[in-house]
Parts: sequence; structure tokens; C-alpha cells
Amino acid sequence: MISHRRLVTCLVLLIMVNLVGVATAATPTEVRIGVYEPMTGAMAAGGQMTWEGIELAQKQRPNVLGLPVRLILVDNRSDKVEAATAVTRLVQKDKVHAIIGSYGSALSMSGGPVAQQAKVPVMGCSPTNPLVTIGNDYYFRACFIDPFQGRVMAQFAFEKLGAKTAAIIQDVAQDYSVGLANFFREAFIELTGDPKAIVGFTSYQTGDRDFTAQLTYVANAKPDVVFAPGYYADAAVLVTQARSLGLAMPFLGGDTLEAPEFIEIGGKDVEGVYFSTHYSADAPITPASEEFVALYKSEFNKQPNTFAALGYDCYMLVLDAIEKAGVVDPVAIRDTMAKTKDFVGATGIITLDANGDATKSAVVLQVQNGEFKLVDVVHPR
Amino acid sequence: MTLEILMQNIANGITLGSLYALLAIGYTMVYGILRLINFAHGEIFMISTYFAFYGIAIFALPWQLSFVMAIALTALLGVVIERAAYRPLRDAPRISALISAIGVSFLMANLGLVIFGGRPKTFFRPQLFQIPIQLGRIRVVALFFIIPVLTVVLLAILNYIVYKTKIGLAMRAAQWDFDVARLMGVEVDRAISVTFAIGSALAAIGGIMWGLRFVEINPNMGLFPGLKCFIAAVFGGIGNIAGAVLGGFLLGFGEIMLVAFLPGLAGYRDAFAFVLLILMLLFRPTGLLGEKQRVRT
Repeated sequence: MISHRRLVTCLVLLIMVNLVGVATAATPTEVRIGVYEPMTGAMAAGGQMTWEGIELAQKQRPNVLGLPVRLILVDNRSDKVEAATAVTRLVQKDKVHAIIGSYGSALSMSGGPVAQQAKVPVMGCSPTNPLVTIGNDYYFRACFIDPFQGRVMAQFAFEKLGAKTAAIIQDVAQDYSVGLANFFREAFIELTGDPKAIVGFTSYQTGDRDFTAQLTYVANAKPDVVFAPGYYADAAVLVTQARSLGLAMPFLGGDTLEAPEFIEIGGKDVEGVYFSTHYSADAPITPASEEFVALYKSEFNKQPNTFAALGYDCYMLVLDAIEKAGVVDPVAIRDTMAKTKDFVGATGIITLDANGDATKSAVVLQVQNGEFKLVDVVHPR
Repeated sequence: MTLEILMQNIANGITLGSLYALLAIGYTMVYGILRLINFAHGEIFMISTYFAFYGIAIFALPWQLSFVMAIALTALLGVVIERAAYRPLRDAPRISALISAIGVSFLMANLGLVIFGGRPKTFFRPQLFQIPIQLGRIRVVALFFIIPVLTVVLLAILNYIVYKTKIGLAMRAAQWDFDVARLMGVEVDRAISVTFAIGSALAAIGGIMWGLRFVEINPNMGLFPGLKCFIAAVFGGIGNIAGAVLGGFLLGFGEIMLVAFLPGLAGYRDAFAFVLLILMLLFRPTGLLGEKQRVRT
């Protein structure tokens, strides 16, 4: 008898504990935002710069709906498998309400389906490959996409540099690079009207360090410009070797070249390299840009970069969506996030289209005297 | 393909091949004496580049001194690793030591991430090595010559040590049989320590050359060169020093020529290296210059 009564007491206690648990889940005490970024590995600089911006934004705006915001950072180690694991961890263990990330399209494409299945919305800072958001109604991004970026650089090469031929060296292990290389090729052929305008097309893999064979092949094709949309470290080593092999033509790249490491590693050899990116502190677009620049400078005492600005915007976009949703519920946040319109961010006015992509201007920067200098601003048509 | 491009690619192949060769020697020496594939070799190579980097960046040493110091410290590191992770397993099944090697490799790569940080560092680039040299229509920098010459010189020195000195004799004796060698008065543990010191010093020289050539260093850089050089060692016949050099050269050449002749497949050169390994293991498991299989109790 006694043991029965004990059992009943235990059950009652258990139910009560459960009820309390449910009650706290319904009225959360904090808003949890997961961040998955490459803090180590081949893209570490990108992830770390983005994280700087996210942290800065949180300092600026630490509360939403009267609740404190807690950021949970998981390092995806620049690895596709780790990226999926990182998102799984964020949704299952940390039970986050929204996610920010990730630098590197391939990483975002690997984390995306996990978030979609768990019904947690993700705001991407800088993954530019179109496939990141296509077919995933839980993935959004604060940046433009590569069909536009590829066209920007093709147009720049054709109109500003007067190039009639180009060679492409892509990073075959990165969806970002393969996508951007193809969009550049299509746009460049269309602009020149010459189906043979791409005189060389070759590849390498992230982390490769010897590019001499590819560059010898490119040198033989004698292009007017070389388009090499890879990550900063690989690209810097590539340009260094190109110069030592006597290739003197202009080298062009995408937004992933923007990292201090590109200049540190490349030194004098990367002088003159052009690349497109999302934003330049030299061309502030909105009142929020100026506010961000001032904030960043006082915090880090240096010129801000694109990825910090995008990280900052992403955090603000997520908070904006939570505020408009009025509840801390992932699905409700997704619904308001999808309706983001005329959001004034540091990197421009952000309106998300049906795919969840932003349409924004691009800037073209050039390495001049060891600094990134603004040379062109291109608006979307 | 014109002759000039072929010549340029041969120059490219020799440089890459000799870098692989420098690293492959370390694998092959350790395997030869311990029958252990030292998977930590790639990480030893990685750490050596950081020794050299910090010698210049933090202690402001002249680069020559920093390089010498890095080589010495790396040799010491190799000896310490052997003492801590392999010697206690000397009498355990061979697989235990192999797993210990993989553990050391992971430990060092992750320690590197924690200590050195995930973002890449820029290696020192003395102008001396970057002097451009024009040979007809072929363009190279001085380093293109320095690396292969260094490899050949080191190979000669190593051959002298192994075949002409007393410690070399001890190493060769230990290679045959620990117990019998001990009975003959050979200090086996010392011979093994020296083997690790030499193998690690060569990894350091390879690492410094790698840093000078490719400028960028990061804590994950040991993984792929490590695997490639393992392939080179197997290809040439693991356990055989000349074989490792030959394997390294052939692998470097093969990779460059694959890209040169089939630029569309350039992204798959790692796959090419692994296919080469599989084919070698299938058809000639002892490698090009491999010794005949001999059974050791």
C-alpha cells in the first residue's frame, strides 16, 4: 500500500514538474539566437568578421519584446558536415528561436535543410549562391546573389577594363565559387557577344597551395583578365604565384577576397586586384551605415568591413522580425521575416523577395597601397 | 602544348615534387624502423612553420637563426612525441600505436587552433628567395632551384648517416629486430629517438620551404600535405628513403601534368593522388623501390 501511495505521489510530482516546464516554455525568459559561422578553417576570417558585427549589434540592442537576447555561437569549422551538425545542435540542444549564418554558400546550403525541417528561420549574412534560399522557405539573406555579382564583375571587366577575353580559375569544392564563375562566364559572353570570350577555364580545390600548373595554362591562353572567385587565402596565394610566373594581367574576384589576410598574404603581389563586395565604408548608403561605421570604429578602432556590416544587419533584421511577430515563436518569426520590406540597414535598404533574397547595390574595390579602395558602385537594374 | 609550356610545367613539377619528397622521407624513416605510420607527421610539419613564424614575429630573430631554431625545436618535438605517445606502446599490437599516432595528429591540429588561432598567418618572405629568374621563356623564382637542390643535398646527407655512421648502423639493426639488436649491444631506444629527430627535422625543413613558397600558414595545413606525402612514401616503397624521394617527385610531377594536360580536371588532383595510391596498393603493394616483404616476429 505504502509503495503504491509513494508511486502516486511521485507521479503527481512528475506531472507538476512537467506542467511548470510547459508553463515556462510558453513564456520564455530570453530570446535565443543561434549563430553558425566558420570561426576556424579556410574561411575563418569571414566568420570572425561577421561575428564582430553580430556582437556589436547585440551590444547596441540587447533586448527585444522586453526580453534579453542571448547569442549562441557554434563554429562550423568551414566544413559542410560540421555546418549541418552546428544547425542541428542549435535547434535541438539550444532550442534557438532564430539562426544567423553562415559565411560560405556551401556551409549555408548544408545547414539550410536542417533548419527548414526544424522550422527555425535563418538569416544569412553573406551566402550569395542562389541555391541557398531556393526551395527553402526558412532561409533568408541580407545580401545580393551571385547572378548579379557575376554580372557586376563581367561588366566591370568589359566596360571599365576594356577586356575582350577572360580566363576563369574556380574553386571546384565551393558552390559559391562554381556558381559565381558560371554567372561571370554567361554575363561576359553576353556582353562581348563572343562565345569564345572565355579563353581558359580551370579549377582547384579549397586549401590547394600549388597553382603553378593552372597558371601556366592560363598564361598560355593570354586572357585580358583573370577571374578567380575563391576564398581569400587561396586567392592570395594564387595571385602571388601568378605574379612570380610573370602573369601581369588584372586579377578579379568576388566578395570573399575582402579579408585583411588577402593583403597580408598577398603583399605587393595583390596590388591592383579588383573584386566586388556588398558595402564600403567609403560609400555610406543609409543613415544606419553612418551609425554603424561610428559604432564599429569606436569599438574596434579600425575601418569596418562588409561582413561585420552584414552581421550587424542580420542581427537587426532578426530582431525586427521578432518585434513585428510579437511572440518568440520560430514559425511566427519566419512569417514576419519573409515580409521584411524597406528595412534600413547599414549595407542598404533591404526588401526580401519571394525567394527570401535581398536586391542591393554592389561596390567594386581595388587593392591600392595595401588597402581596399572604392572604385565603382553598381546598382541593380 | 608547346615546348616552353612543357618546360615550365617540368619546373613546376620539380619544385612541388621536392617539397613532397622532403616530407615523405620522414614517413618512410619512421615506418622503416618502427613499422608505424606516423600520422602526426603532417602536424609536426605544421607546427614547425609556426616555430619559424613566431621566431621572427615575436622574438624578432633574424630569419636564418629562426629557421635553425625551428628545425631544432621540431626535432625535439618529434622525440618528445615518440617518448610520450609511441614508446609506452612499443610492445602493444601495432594497431595501438597507429591509433595513438592518429590521436597525436588530432591533438596537435586542435592545439594549433587554440594556440595559434584559426585565421591564417603570413610567413616571412625574404627577397633573396623571390628573385625572378628568366630562362628563355620560362619564368621561375630562386626558390624553384633552392628547394630541389636542398632535397638532393639532404638525401645525400641522410644516406651518409644511415649507411656510413654508427648511429645509422644502429638504426638499420633496429629495423631488423629490436631484441636481437639489443642483445648485440645496440641502444634501440636511442636509435629510434634519432630517427624521429631526423624525420621531424626534415619535416621542419619541408615546412619552412613550404612557408617560403606558399606564404600562408594555418593550423589545418598539415592534413593534406601529410596525406600526400604518405601517398608518396607508399608509392616509392614505404621504408625506403630513396623510394620516398622518387615517390614525392613522381606525385608532384603527376599532379602538375594532370592539370597541364587536362585543365578541366584540375580540381580533382587530390582524387588523382588517391587513385594512384589505390592502384599501387592493388598491383604493387611494396611500391616502386619497395623491399621484399619480410616477416618480423
